[in-house]
Amino acid sequence: MTHQQDARGGEEHVKIEALTSSIGEWLKGTGPESDIVMSSRVRLARNVAHFPFVSRANDQERLEVEEFLRAQIQQSPAGKQLDYIDVGALEEVDRQFLVERQLISREHAEAEGARSVAIDGGEQVSLMINEEDHLRIQCMHSGLDLSGVWDQIREVDDALEAAVPYAFHSRWGYLTACPTNVGTGIRVSVMLHLPALVITRQIDKVFRSLHKISLAVRGLYGEGSQALGDFYQISNQTTLGKTEEELVGQVRDVVPVLIEYERRARDYLVRESQLNIHDQVSRAIGILRTAQTISAEETMQHLSRVRMGVLLGLIDDVAISDINVLLVRTQPAHLQKLRGVELDSSDRNIERARYLRQHFENAEGDVASSN
Amino acid sequence: MKCQQCDNSAVFHITELEEGEVREVHLCEDHARGYLTQSEGDGEGQEKSTVGGMLAGPLSIAKTADDLAEIDQKVCSMCGITFFEFRNNGRLGCPHDYVQFEKELEPLIANIHGATEHVGRSPARFAGGTEPLTAAVGKRREMKEAIECEDYEQAGSLRDELRVIDETARSGSVAEPTAEQADDATGSGGDDAGNATGS
Repeated sequence: MTHQQDARGGEEHVKIEALTSSIGEWLKGTGPESDIVMSSRVRLARNVAHFPFVSRANDQERLEVEEFLRAQIQQSPAGKQLDYIDVGALEEVDRQFLVERQLISREHAEAEGARSVAIDGGEQVSLMINEEDHLRIQCMHSGLDLSGVWDQIREVDDALEAAVPYAFHSRWGYLTACPTNVGTGIRVSVMLHLPALVITRQIDKVFRSLHKISLAVRGLYGEGSQALGDFYQISNQTTLGKTEEELVGQVRDVVPVLIEYERRARDYLVRESQLNIHDQVSRAIGILRTAQTISAEETMQHLSRVRMGVLLGLIDDVAISDINVLLVRTQPAHLQKLRGVELDSSDRNIERARYLRQHFENAEGDVASSN
Repeated sequence: MKCQQCDNSAVFHITELEEGEVREVHLCEDHARGYLTQSEGDGEGQEKSTVGGMLAGPLSIAKTADDLAEIDQKVCSMCGITFFEFRNNGRLGCPHDYVQFEKELEPLIANIHGATEHVGRSPARFAGGTEPLTAAVGKRREMKEAIECEDYEQAGSLRDELRVIDETARSGSVAEPTAEQADDATGSGGDDAGNATGS
């Protein structure tokens, strides 16, 4: 690594440190239906017309695309408020940190060559440069607010479009590296917390219905279909042949139905098996308060139960926003950034348990009586 | 190549693309029929977003290995990607691929999206399309080749054409192409830099 690259890496490191002490707007647990809907997100895939797509571009072309987009974005009204991070200059743990924070994708973190991300102070807007497509615009809000997210991302897209020649074809629409995104290039998603549907074993039935109407379901960090901690992401699968508003509406319209199912399942659990649920919630918070070593997966399972306990009134003195924040801060890279040192897997488990004990001791988290 | 499920020759070479993971499947006609039918009926909803699923319709059961081989050899005149490379990694090479491989992509896109026409937003500056700007992709390749052959006069000329395109990309709009220019754009990737005007 050259001296110049070292200096650049150092600058980017400082930006990550600043993010470590803050928290994104989408984790605040505010917004409509935020007891079930963690966040609402829209992303748009765009490419620059006069360059090959990223997977076909050589190093020089990737660099030119990065420089071109960065310059055009910085000149645009949408780009002036954004902080730029050179993802290629970051260490692995810092790239992973951005993935956990949902500011970049796993693919973007693991890619090679010139690539960067521009984010706003509230972490609502992120622009990934040289992901699978030249530009991925993402906007994310807390709670159910797809219309608000769509309005915001449309504004950003319009502002950038005045400065960037997006690859476009009158028949195919916005042209993307993968034909699964062509047309609108839009992916609309909501992150839902559905523990009662999982406990009552209705979740598979619900998902089969979603697939029938062309909606996809993934786990929290998008790794396969395994959803850790009962957090599920619902998104549109098709991007061509419907307007952006119709595609936003396709996801938005199904969410109230899922919310209603989850609420009914929660009511059922309280009514029919309160002792069992109270036991599950109490055990979960007990483990989080006392464990000496704990994996990220187990943490998410227990935090999910505690989150449900708070919402059912079984736990006092723990805020939903605190649980949302813990879900992110107990992830591997966040733990290491908070601790300030690199930790291997077993040391992370010890540090995670220590962090959770400290948090739940301070927060008290009294389990209410079931009587 | 043998079918992955029996000793017959594999005539279907399917690339599955699921959550960014690429998986190749090589099957004889009988097993391909079963495989594709199963994909359609498994109710998991992912099949439409896979390249295998996409190819199920367009490269229908009646297609022979020869047909597939012919399609695979098609090359984009701008970025140089072959249809075979696209099938293997699931990613196109440049915006011109949507023009160059339109016939092959059309049924495939219909299978993914259930539609073949964009009805959403369009850019204010390039609502008619940005195909003339994509000529730059081919010109960059030509310039590299000219430099390698030490044909600096040609390289210089291409560099000037690229500058014009770059200027248009930054600030201008693309003039509607004439019929002749439109033909050029879908042809050999020849000298059509004139499409990109500064107007």
